[in-house]
Amino acid sequence: MIDFISALIVLIGAAFTLIAGIGLFRLPDVYLRMHAATKAGTLGAGLMLLALALDAQQLEVAARAIAGILFLLFTAPIAAHLLGRAGYLSGSPLWTKTRFDELSDKYDADGRKLTGTPVEDLRRDATKPDDRAT
Amino acid sequence: MAEFGAQFLEWSIDIAYVAIMLSFALTVFRLLRGPTLADRVVALDMMALLGIAFIGLFSIATGEAAYLDVAIALALIGFLATVAFARYIYRGALAERRGTDISDAGDDS
Repeated sequence: MIDFISALIVLIGAAFTLIAGIGLFRLPDVYLRMHAATKAGTLGAGLMLLALALDAQQLEVAARAIAGILFLLFTAPIAAHLLGRAGYLSGSPLWTKTRFDELSDKYDADGRKLTGTPVEDLRRDATKPDDRAT
Repeated sequence: MAEFGAQFLEWSIDIAYVAIMLSFALTVFRLLRGPTLADRVVALDMMALLGIAFIGLFSIATGEAAYLDVAIALALIGFLATVAFARYIYRGALAERRGTDISDAGDDS
């Protein structure tokens, strides 16, 4: 029975890995590609480790595998955030069909700090109806 | 039932090997094609993840749990490599905005 469950998890992980690869190949700009690689890729690798944890049926192996999964889940968003910020500041082009770029003109000339609407204004604006789409 | 489960696990592992290899080929395409440096770094990050998935599968197939340590070390190295590359791109972008050399980009980031 455990074999059966790990086999299913391996298959789901394989599907996510393949989807991540296809996404990396097909998607139009670096931010969308990062979306595929970070989320689907991490899930694919994490599911393989989960299948290993189930299949080994030893506490020490399962503990190490789950530690590995947690490490992946903690580090993937950090790496993606740093890479996305660096890519944006280095001028990686957005997809031509991007509707709006909320970060445009928000970085100061150095690219070190975000200058934008203060938080109080954002809170006040949040009570108004959203008119961005018009 | 137990025999079928073991057989099914073997088939799944073979299918997963094929899926990982296909994904690897697509990732290599993105690594070679670019077009920006950030795209290539995303592809490298993905390659580390595929390596982890592959080692996990290999560990299931051989029943040798020692490979798991390799996978964890690879996850660590992949993360550090991505952070280092991201910092490199960021500092390059800062230097370009100021029109200076990359070594003048300062320390905080």
